[in-house]
Amino acid sequence: MERKKALNIAVCVKHIPDPNLPGELDGQRLKRAGVQGVLDPGDEFGVEAGLQLKEAHGGEVTLISMGPAVALEAVRRGLSMGADKGVLVSDDALAGADALTTARVLAAAIAKAGPFDLVIAGVESTDGYTGTMPSSLAEFLGLPQLTFVKSLEGAEGSIRVNRQTVEGYHVVESPLPALISVTAGVNEPRYASFKGIMAAKKKPVEQWSLADLELSSDDVTVNQSVTNIGKAEERQAGEVVEDDGSGAARIADFLKEAKVI
Amino acid sequence: MDFDLAPEQREFTRTVEAFVDDVIRPHAERWDEEAELPMDAVKQMAELGLFGLPFPEEYGGMGGDFLTLCLAIEAIARVDSSLAITLEAAVGLGAMPIWHFGTEEQKQRWLPQLARGEKLAGFGLTEPGGGSDAGATRTTAKLVAGEWVINGSKSFITNSGTSVTEFVTITAVTDDNNGKKEITAIIVPNGTEGFEVGKPYRKMGWHHSDTHELSFNDVRVPEANQLGLRGEGFKNFLKILDDGRIAIAALAVGLAQGCVDESIGYARERTAFGHAIGDFQAIQFKIADMAMKTELARTAYHKAAWLKELGRPYKMEAAMAKLYASEIAVDVARDAVQIHGGYGYIEEFPVCRHFRDSKILEIGEGTSEVMRILIARELGLAQA
Ligand SMILES: Cc1cc2nc3c(=O)[nH]c(=O)nc-3n(C[C@H](O)[C@H](O)[C@H](O)COP(=O)(O)OP(=O)(O)OC[C@H]3O[C@@H](n4cnc5c(N)ncnc54)[C@H](O)[C@@H]3O)c2cc1C
Repeated sequence: MERKKALNIAVCVKHIPDPNLPGELDGQRLKRAGVQGVLDPGDEFGVEAGLQLKEAHGGEVTLISMGPAVALEAVRRGLSMGADKGVLVSDDALAGADALTTARVLAAAIAKAGPFDLVIAGVESTDGYTGTMPSSLAEFLGLPQLTFVKSLEGAEGSIRVNRQTVEGYHVVESPLPALISVTAGVNEPRYASFKGIMAAKKKPVEQWSLADLELSSDDVTVNQSVTNIGKAEERQAGEVVEDDGSGAARIADFLKEAKVI
Repeated sequence: MDFDLAPEQREFTRTVEAFVDDVIRPHAERWDEEAELPMDAVKQMAELGLFGLPFPEEYGGMGGDFLTLCLAIEAIARVDSSLAITLEAAVGLGAMPIWHFGTEEQKQRWLPQLARGEKLAGFGLTEPGGGSDAGATRTTAKLVAGEWVINGSKSFITNSGTSVTEFVTITAVTDDNNGKKEITAIIVPNGTEGFEVGKPYRKMGWHHSDTHELSFNDVRVPEANQLGLRGEGFKNFLKILDDGRIAIAALAVGLAQGCVDESIGYARERTAFGHAIGDFQAIQFKIADMAMKTELARTAYHKAAWLKELGRPYKMEAAMAKLYASEIAVDVARDAVQIHGGYGYIEEFPVCRHFRDSKILEIGEGTSEVMRILIARELGLAQA
């Protein structure tokens, strides 16, 4: 039997303030210090995708994160789920980093920890929601990017994904190495078992500073700034339609308008 | 002095809470109504490793400690007492006796499938004629040609009749020399000829926990099914019950916490006389008391589990934790219903179920009266 080539996979994970708690502002930014944090629930899909590929093809899943020292908790969480090792980039100069800076730092960390066959990220973080990091990261790494992945399948030397679009999905295939960004719903992330949690304590986590990545504080100068913050629009009351016999047609029209069917 | 849980205990508790929110919470009300153990949920609990928490890996366990099991029971009981007692009884009453008193061969044979949660086991002590006075056991077992021949019946046995129940460990009188009964524990596999599992009871609460009356009519099992030494059945199950009480206290704390959480949520939303009812001091004080009692009960069971883990005496602390936690659970559940007004009496609101589920906590694994007897005895008071 032909032996499959093992996949070396990097998954980007972020430590964010627990989205189940009411968020607080610190000036123009989300308050993070001293707030209960969690592994971004969106990133659990990325970790699960990596683990499933590893289970199918063999290989290793490395978690890559940037954040303050407490972000180690998010890395541990992913290790508890079954990832093999982690990298956390922490540096005082990174406080307040924007999405572009984050991509630059993660790219350097991935380059140093790699080479990887596949880099996985969530489509967007649950705290900042810029949704720009994965694309920037792919550019910095010079990798093809397959975004908004709603299902995936690895093969020898390539990956094939269903890419979510407004109307449905595209089937996209790319040679490896590549980067994919996964949507919530791409899989069902597993729960960490107690055994997994105990095993995670012994798994290696590298902690790197900017100097370790040969980056200077000039490389991470923040260019984006938040100029204004407003309240999200209140949800509008729904439209109530009395069914006079045309109800089914009205529903079908509505769904067509929403491009669901 | 250190009140912090270990990081892995905290992380696992969070995992179990997330699991409960996803897998259990959306269905708890329906399961209660259907009054049948949801085997699919049990299977998913097994995949999480819950049934093997306190057992070593070589027996299919997770290599955790007893407190971690209690934390998981508490996390489940916030939402669903029936599944929490299913876990508590499976580990505490089903598997623990094998772990503590089994021979190496018995452990190898019975423990791994229980620890992996593939099979469940029950523990049959209570009889129709009495539970508190366990020494009054009437079920008998006689050794005939290398087999135990068992006759008698047991009541209210948890996990004894599910589709995956492997066996029930029972206590039986194996000798009656001059009125001094010799009581021995024996493993009776389900399906053995003459061993009948009665219809499930219709209960006030714990609706989807599995409870049956069992009857034994010339049931024969190999002598090798004897668990622990002959005549030590009584002594051994008292030890099992000491541990079980800490776990029942954890279950009670979970139920109480569930009531506190539901009440805070409801008091914020519900308005009367132009205010959220949570703005009224009468409601605030009730909730403050509920939260205080819950926290104290939690501290009590943590301490009892801590003493046990250190190998220090914990009998009295376990009894105190069980007694206090079960009594405050009933109080807290009653107050939660009161805060919910008429809706508290309606099944769509979890506090309604919590109230029904709370009462058994003052009865099972030793009644409140028995707990007070135990505590008084530990304090050195003579019994009348
Ligand atoms: C849902 C459910 C699940 C159960 N699961 C199990 C199980 O898995 N295995 C098992 O073995 N049993 C189980 N039980 C039985 C339970 O442990 C007993 O019901 C309990 O121990 C009390 O025994 P009893 O019902 O015979 O009450 P009794 O012993 O008859 O007590 C009746 C009342 O008298 C009081 N009383 C008795 N003696 C004294 C005394 N000396 N001084 C003061 N008051 C006294 C009691 O506190 C109680 O209030 C379960 C019960 C229920 C309802």
